[in-house]
Amino acid sequence: MQAPEPVLPIYGLMAEFDTPSQLIAAARHVRAQGFRRVEAYTPYPIEELGKVLHGGRSRLPLLVFLGGLFGGIGGYFLQYWVHVIHYPLNSGGKPLNSWPMFIPITFEMTILGAALTAVFALLALNGLPMPYHPVFNVPRFSLASRDRFFLMIRSIDPKYDEPVTRQMLFDLEAHDVFEVPP
Amino acid sequence: MDDHHQSAETHEPWARPDDRAPVVEPGHTFASVTDQISSIVLTRGVQRGWLIGFGISFAITMLLLYAITMTVAVGVGLWGINVPVGWGFAIINFVWWIGIGHAGTLISAVLLLLHQDWRTSINRFAEAMTLFAVACAGIFPLLHLGRPWIFYWLFPYPNTMSIWPQFRSPLIWDVFAVSTYGTVSLLFWYVGLIPDLATLRDRAHSSIGRYVYGFMAMGWRGSAAHWHRYHVAYTLLAGLATPLVVSVHTVVGLDFASSIVPGWHSTIFPPYFVAGAIYSGFAMVMTLAIPLRWAYKLEDFITMRHLDNMAKIILATGLIVFYGYLMEAFFGWYSANQYERYLTLNRALGHYRVQYWALMFCNAAVPQLLWFGAVRRSVWALFVIAIVVNVGMWLERYVIVITSLHRDYLPSSWGYYAGTRWDWAIYIGTLGLFLALLFLFIRLLPMISIFEMRELVVHKEGELRAADLEE
Repeated sequence: MQAPEPVLPIYGLMAEFDTPSQLIAAARHVRAQGFRRVEAYTPYPIEELGKVLHGGRSRLPLLVFLGGLFGGIGGYFLQYWVHVIHYPLNSGGKPLNSWPMFIPITFEMTILGAALTAVFALLALNGLPMPYHPVFNVPRFSLASRDRFFLMIRSIDPKYDEPVTRQMLFDLEAHDVFEVPP
Repeated sequence: MDDHHQSAETHEPWARPDDRAPVVEPGHTFASVTDQISSIVLTRGVQRGWLIGFGISFAITMLLLYAITMTVAVGVGLWGINVPVGWGFAIINFVWWIGIGHAGTLISAVLLLLHQDWRTSINRFAEAMTLFAVACAGIFPLLHLGRPWIFYWLFPYPNTMSIWPQFRSPLIWDVFAVSTYGTVSLLFWYVGLIPDLATLRDRAHSSIGRYVYGFMAMGWRGSAAHWHRYHVAYTLLAGLATPLVVSVHTVVGLDFASSIVPGWHSTIFPPYFVAGAIYSGFAMVMTLAIPLRWAYKLEDFITMRHLDNMAKIILATGLIVFYGYLMEAFFGWYSANQYERYLTLNRALGHYRVQYWALMFCNAAVPQLLWFGAVRRSVWALFVIAIVVNVGMWLERYVIVITSLHRDYLPSSWGYYAGTRWDWAIYIGTLGLFLALLFLFIRLLPMISIFEMRELVVHKEGELRAADLEE
């Protein structure tokens, strides 16, 4: 006898909306109802949604600043160490720590450190690369990169109750509501 | 309501209804911009025109490979360089290509920070242009080393010889500036591409397409959290790229200005080089945009408004460059230095006078046509002027490098310079490489940023709706 396949709980419910304003209104409502594990998917950035769902603050600028600081100090120290400590070389009678001539490379390394941090922190904080994600199991979801707007409520949300949540999404003018397989 | 309108018109002339061409033709929706731009990559297939263009540029790239192979095998003796003109084509082409790249960064970063929404439909391929131009530029100083296989000596790495680069030399600044510029341009371009790669992943019909675009999109889902961080990171990158682009050509200018060679030892070089870079870069964007919008029927997205704006930037930066030429001549007289004076006269009247006056014709005279609205509205005139500017900027670097070096302080070390066929082969070869990479780019990746076009559609719709409500 084969064991029956274990029934995994679904990942969540996904509602499809026709317009960005419907999605924003729905996201507001859902948040006001006390849902926490909510995410919205749109074809282009909508600032409003970030504020409604995630508070609109990001650690990125601080990380980028630190990356730039690290690059700049590292760049200057590299030149200082080479020309003052490891291999002092008199070049045109200039002082060994001829700091004005170290500025260009210090500047470039600052930019490089900050830019690398910006990109890799963006990817890390967004959890990319991510080879598998349940939202892609919904066939209509491919339109999230074209002209449709989606709102998803995770099944692990404490407020989640499938029939009630589904009805709520329809009441919010959802075009359709899909179950997202895990 | 009427009164309000009246006062707005009289007191705020800039608030008058926009009678210029739109940045995106009316009637487009999220779906139509997505479908039209992605169809170039996904459904139209390989077309004959593309195949011919790519075939020719690829053949020219083979010429580049041949010339590089010969240069590495035989040595830089194949080139026209010698004492006293040791820089020659390699440095001319390096500066020319790097300069061309700068418009891409300017369009994508500076115009983004300034909220110039017309940048949206040209920024992607301008960034690609930057990347490929930097790749072409990088070839020249490497080969000019003479022993390119030990190029890594330029980088500070712990080695058993216990030697280090001389960090006080502008040539080493160049290594850092150009490699940082190449890296940041690549990152900026790729970050800009991620949401569009996701769009292609979702639209692709073939499994290879889905796999490759899916791999490159790294699982982008366009969630609110994604977009929020994306927006922050993209703006920060633009803010970082802006001073970077200025610093890169400043350092290139310092390669010349920090020497004591007459005609180079001048404080005007860094700013005048930066203006020249933007000038030549916009000319190259125009040279590419005009055939592209025609071949791929993108007139709705790259409108006459874009061409008009670019023409105005070319005119403005061209005037800065012209001011630089005038100041160089002025310094020649005002310095009361016999070598500077001789150099100035020698440029205008000496052995290389043809190049000098051709440069003046291309960069000082021809761009003045752009003052006329009729010229800025003629696609053909703009295309021809853009090409003339490209030629002019190459001649500018030729005049700067060659005329200064061929007359040194000591008449006993005077000489003449001319590029050999190998110099020309490598230069033309890089043009082929540049075009071949561009052809691959427009075939395989969306040449217009799709998600930013969607944003543009929203904004234009919003404005229209607001106008409707007022009426």
